[in-house]
Amino acid sequence: MTISALNRKLLRDLLAMKGQAFAIAMVVAAGVAMYVMYLANFASLQETQRAYYARQRFADVFASLKRAPLAVAAEIAAIPGVSALEARVVANVTLDLEQLDEPASGRLVSIPADRRPTVNDVFLRRGRWIDRGRPDEVLASEGFVTAHGLVPGDTVSAILNGRLRRLAIVGVALSPEYIYSIRPGELVPDDKRFGVFWMDQQALAAAFDMEGGFNDVALALAPGASAEAVIARLDRILEPYGGLGAIPRALQLSHWTLENELAQLQSFGVLLPLIFLMVAAFILNVALTRALALQRPQIAALKALGYDNRSLGWHYMKFALLIGAAGVVIGLAAGAWLGSAIGDLYNQYFRFPELLFRIPLEVVLGATTLTLAAAAAGAFSAVRRAVRVPPAEAMRPEAPVRYRRTIFETPVIARRLGTVGRMVIRNVARHPFRVGASIFGIAFAVAILMVAFVFVDAIERLIVMQFWVAERQDVTVTFVEPRSPDARYALARLPGVVAVEPLRTVGARIRAGHRERYVAVTGVPPSPRLRRIVDRDGRAIRVPPSGVVLSKTLADVLLVAPGGDVTIEVLEGRRPIRRVDITGVVDDVLGLSVYMDLGALHTLLREGEVTSGALLLVDPAQEAKLSRSLKGLPAVAGAAFKRAVLRSFRDTIAANMNLTIFINLLFACVIAFGVVYNAARVSLSERSHELASLRVLGFTRAEISLILLGELALLTLLALPVGALFGYALAAAIFETVQSEVYRFPFYISRQSIAWAFLGIIAAALGSGLVVRRRLDRLDLVAVLKVRE
Amino acid sequence: MTAADRPDAPPDAIVFDIRELTKIYRMGEVEVQALREVSLTLPEAEFVVLLGPSGSGKSTLLNIIGGLDVPTSGQVLYRGADLTQADEAELTAYRRRHVGFVFQFYNLIPSLTALENVALVTEISSEPMAPEEALGLVNLDARRDHFPAQLSGGEQQRVAIARAIAKRPAVLLCDEPTGALDISTGVVVLEALARVNVELRTTTVIITHNAAIAAMADRVIRLADGRVTTVEKRTGAKLSPRELVW
Repeated sequence: MTISALNRKLLRDLLAMKGQAFAIAMVVAAGVAMYVMYLANFASLQETQRAYYARQRFADVFASLKRAPLAVAAEIAAIPGVSALEARVVANVTLDLEQLDEPASGRLVSIPADRRPTVNDVFLRRGRWIDRGRPDEVLASEGFVTAHGLVPGDTVSAILNGRLRRLAIVGVALSPEYIYSIRPGELVPDDKRFGVFWMDQQALAAAFDMEGGFNDVALALAPGASAEAVIARLDRILEPYGGLGAIPRALQLSHWTLENELAQLQSFGVLLPLIFLMVAAFILNVALTRALALQRPQIAALKALGYDNRSLGWHYMKFALLIGAAGVVIGLAAGAWLGSAIGDLYNQYFRFPELLFRIPLEVVLGATTLTLAAAAAGAFSAVRRAVRVPPAEAMRPEAPVRYRRTIFETPVIARRLGTVGRMVIRNVARHPFRVGASIFGIAFAVAILMVAFVFVDAIERLIVMQFWVAERQDVTVTFVEPRSPDARYALARLPGVVAVEPLRTVGARIRAGHRERYVAVTGVPPSPRLRRIVDRDGRAIRVPPSGVVLSKTLADVLLVAPGGDVTIEVLEGRRPIRRVDITGVVDDVLGLSVYMDLGALHTLLREGEVTSGALLLVDPAQEAKLSRSLKGLPAVAGAAFKRAVLRSFRDTIAANMNLTIFINLLFACVIAFGVVYNAARVSLSERSHELASLRVLGFTRAEISLILLGELALLTLLALPVGALFGYALAAAIFETVQSEVYRFPFYISRQSIAWAFLGIIAAALGSGLVVRRRLDRLDLVAVLKVRE
Repeated sequence: MTAADRPDAPPDAIVFDIRELTKIYRMGEVEVQALREVSLTLPEAEFVVLLGPSGSGKSTLLNIIGGLDVPTSGQVLYRGADLTQADEAELTAYRRRHVGFVFQFYNLIPSLTALENVALVTEISSEPMAPEEALGLVNLDARRDHFPAQLSGGEQQRVAIARAIAKRPAVLLCDEPTGALDISTGVVVLEALARVNVELRTTTVIITHNAAIAAMADRVIRLADGRVTTVEKRTGAKLSPRELVW
C-alpha cells in the first residue's frame, strides 16, 4: 500500500506537533473514558440484572403480613395474572457473633428443603442445599460469609424467638431479592453486621410459631398482567391477616436501589463526556487555527499546484479526525480499565453471582461517533478559514496583528503593570475567543475537581447533621414487640446507660389521593433530649400536639403541603385508619419520615404508653459491656451503636469516594494540563519571534519565560473564579440527580474544597508551563531573527 | 569583563580584538564553513561597514561579536574580555549592558507602542537615556504612542534604532538595517545611525549589500567565502547619507 504524498505530509505535520496533538487527544480520551466507564457499567449492570432476574425467577410483587394460614396462599394463587408464588416465613433475628462487640442482625427467609423456590430462587455459590429433617441447616448470604471468613461447616449463633440456636451453614448463596442488602435503618450495606440466611420452611415456621402458616409472600406475574390490579386484590385478601401492604417490584428495596444507580450511571455517562468533548473541540480549534496559519504558504503552493478547496479541506480535517481517533483509542482503553475498577466497587454494594464487565459495541460506536463529530466541529472553522484564502494572498504573510491599549490600562494601572505586564494583557485582550476557550477549559477542570471535594463536604455535613445534631443517642434499641413503659427501667439498669428515652414507631401506609408510601410514624416526646428533628441546616423543628410533620421529600412525593391532610393507615395492632392534618414539613437529610406528638400517636393507636424501642445515652467506657448485655436480652431485636454505624458508613463511603476523587483528579489534571499546554504552545509558536527579539535585547531566559508563563498564569487566574461558578453549578446539577428518597445530601461547599480544587489546577497549569519553558530555553535566537514573521 | 566598565577608555582603544575566528555549521550531514580564521581589530567609536556577498560570513561574524552565537574556534576579546569563554548567562548580561542590535526586519514587539518598545530596554539597563530622548534622536517624538502596525517600515526601523541605543551601548550592530527599505527611507535611517555614532561615540558595525554606504564609514571590511579580503581605513571626508550615490 502506498501512502499519497499529501497523506505523508499529514502524518509528518502531525508528528511535528505531537505534543499538542497528544494533549488534545488526552482530553478527548478523558471524555471517552468517562463515557465508556459509565455507560459500559450501565450496560453491564443492566445485562447482569436482567439475566439474574430471569434465571432466579425474581418476583414481581411482594407482601408481608402478620400471619396467614397456608390455605390463603391458594386463594392468592387464584388471583388473575398470578403465575407463581412462594408463601414464606421471614424473620429478623439478632446474631451473636463472638468477633463483634455489638449485636449483628440477620434475616431468616424460608425455602423448601425438597425443591427449588418457584419465585426468588436462591443461587447456590458453594456447598449444598439444606436437608429436610435437619432444622438447623441454613444457606448463608455470600457477603456475610465473606466478611466473616466463614465456610460451609461453620456455625452462627442466632436468637430465634427468644431462644439461642446454632445454625449450621451448609451452603453459600445469593438471591436477586438481596442484590443490595441493608440492615433496616442503616445507611449503607454492612456485610459484617447484616446477613441473610435461608432456612427450611418447616423449621423456621416451627421456631416462630408459624406452623401451617406464612408471613411473607412473593408473586410472579404472567406476562401482561397488571401489578396494580394484583396488588389491590392481594391487599384485600391479606388485610384480615395483618397485611402490611403489597409492593410492586419497582419499590422493592434492592431493586429500587439498583435502578436508581443505573439511572445515575446513564445520566452521568452522557452529561460529563459531552462537556469534555466540548472542551476538546475548543482547544482543537485553537491549535488548528495556529497550525494552519503556519501552513499558509504551503496551502498557497498546493493550490497553485491545482489542489482544490475540498481536497485541501478534507486533508486538514483528517488532522483533527486522527487526533480524535487517537483519543478514542486511549479513551476506550482507559475507560475499560477504570470501568472495571468501578465495576469491582459495585461488587461491594451489589451482590451478583457474577458481574460481567463488558463494553457493548453501541458504546464503542457511540464514543467514536461523538468524538469524531466533536473533532470535526472543532476543526471546521479553522480549516474553512485557512482554505478559503486565495492562493496569491496566501503566499504573502498574514497581515500583522493590530494591537491597542486595553481598557484596563488607566495611567495608574499601566505604570504598575510595567512593559512586560502590558504585553501580557494586550496579548490576552487581542485573542478573546482563544482566551475564552482556554478559560472555559481550565474552569471546567476546576469544576470537575471541585465536584469531587464537594461530595466529601456533603457527606461530612450529612454525618454531622444526622449523627451529632439530630441524633444524640449512642445506641438505638428496637424491641421484638412493643413493650410496656417498664422496659425503659430495665434498660436504665444495664451497665453504662446514662439516660433512656422511649421510642415509639409504627409501620403505616401514608396516602394522599392515589399516591402512597410505606413509612414508619415516629412518636416524638414534647421536649426530646436525644433524638431531635432537625432540617438540613440543623435547625430544630418542634412537633405540634396534633397533626403530623413530614419530610419535605415525602410531602413532595405525595404532592401535599402544610395546611393539607393525609390518610394514615397503621399496619399493626388494631390497624386504625385516620385522616390527619399536616402541620409542618421538615427538609431533612435521610429517609421518608413522619413525626407525631408521642401522646397523639398513643391516642391514634388506642394504646397506653407502650414503646417499640429506646434511645440510650451511654458511658463510652462501658459500651462493650452494654453490648454483651443487650445481646442476651430476648426482647431486643436489634441495637445500633452509633460509633459502629458511623465507622461502617465512613469505611464504605471512603472506598467509593477515594476512587471517585482519584478519577476526577486524574481527569481534571488531564484537562487542565491539556488546555494550558495547548495555550502555551500556541502562544510560544506565535511569539517565539518576539521572545527571541527580547533575548537578543538582553532579556534573560527567566525574564522571557515570565512573559509567556505570565500569560498562562493570568488565564489560570481568570479561570479559577469562573471554575468555582462552574463547579457550583455542576455540583448542584449532580446533587439534583443523586438526591433520593433515601438520602438528601446537604448542598454545602467548604472553602477547603474550593482551595484544594484551585491548588490542584494551579499545580497542573504550573506543570504544563514548565514543560513549555524547556522549549523556550532552546529558542534559536539567530534563526528566528533571520525570517520575517 | 571589568575592562568594559571603564568609562574613560582612550579614543583609540580597541573594542573588539578578533583572533583566528572559525565557525563551522553542521546542517544535517553537510558542513558549512561560515568563517575561516578571521582576525580583525575594531577601534572604539568607529563607523564600520561590513561588505560582502551572501554567504560570505558577515552575519555570522556580527552574531558572534554580538554574543548571539559562539565560534567553533578562535577568540573574540571585547575590551580585553574573552567572549568565547563566556557562558549563556554572561553572554545575556553582555548583550544587555553593552550591545545594541538593529535587524533588517525591525523585530519590534507588536503589542507595545514605539515608546514602550524603547522602554522595554531602558527598564532593564543600568544608565539608560529616557525613552523619549532616544526617540528624539531618531526624530520620532511625534509617533511615540503608535503601535508598530501603525508605523511605516522606516519608522519601525528608527524605533528599532532608538530601542538599540537607549541603553547607551558601547557597540551598535546592524544587520542590513536598510535592506527592507526604499532609498529615501533608508537615508533617514542611516542619518539616525550616523548621528548616534557621532553624538554617543557608539562603535557602529553595519552589514550591508549596498557598497555605496561604504562612503559613510571610517573603516570598510570586505568578506568573501568566510575570509576577510580587505580592510580599508578611510581617511578622507565621510559623506553624509544624503550625499550617497545608490
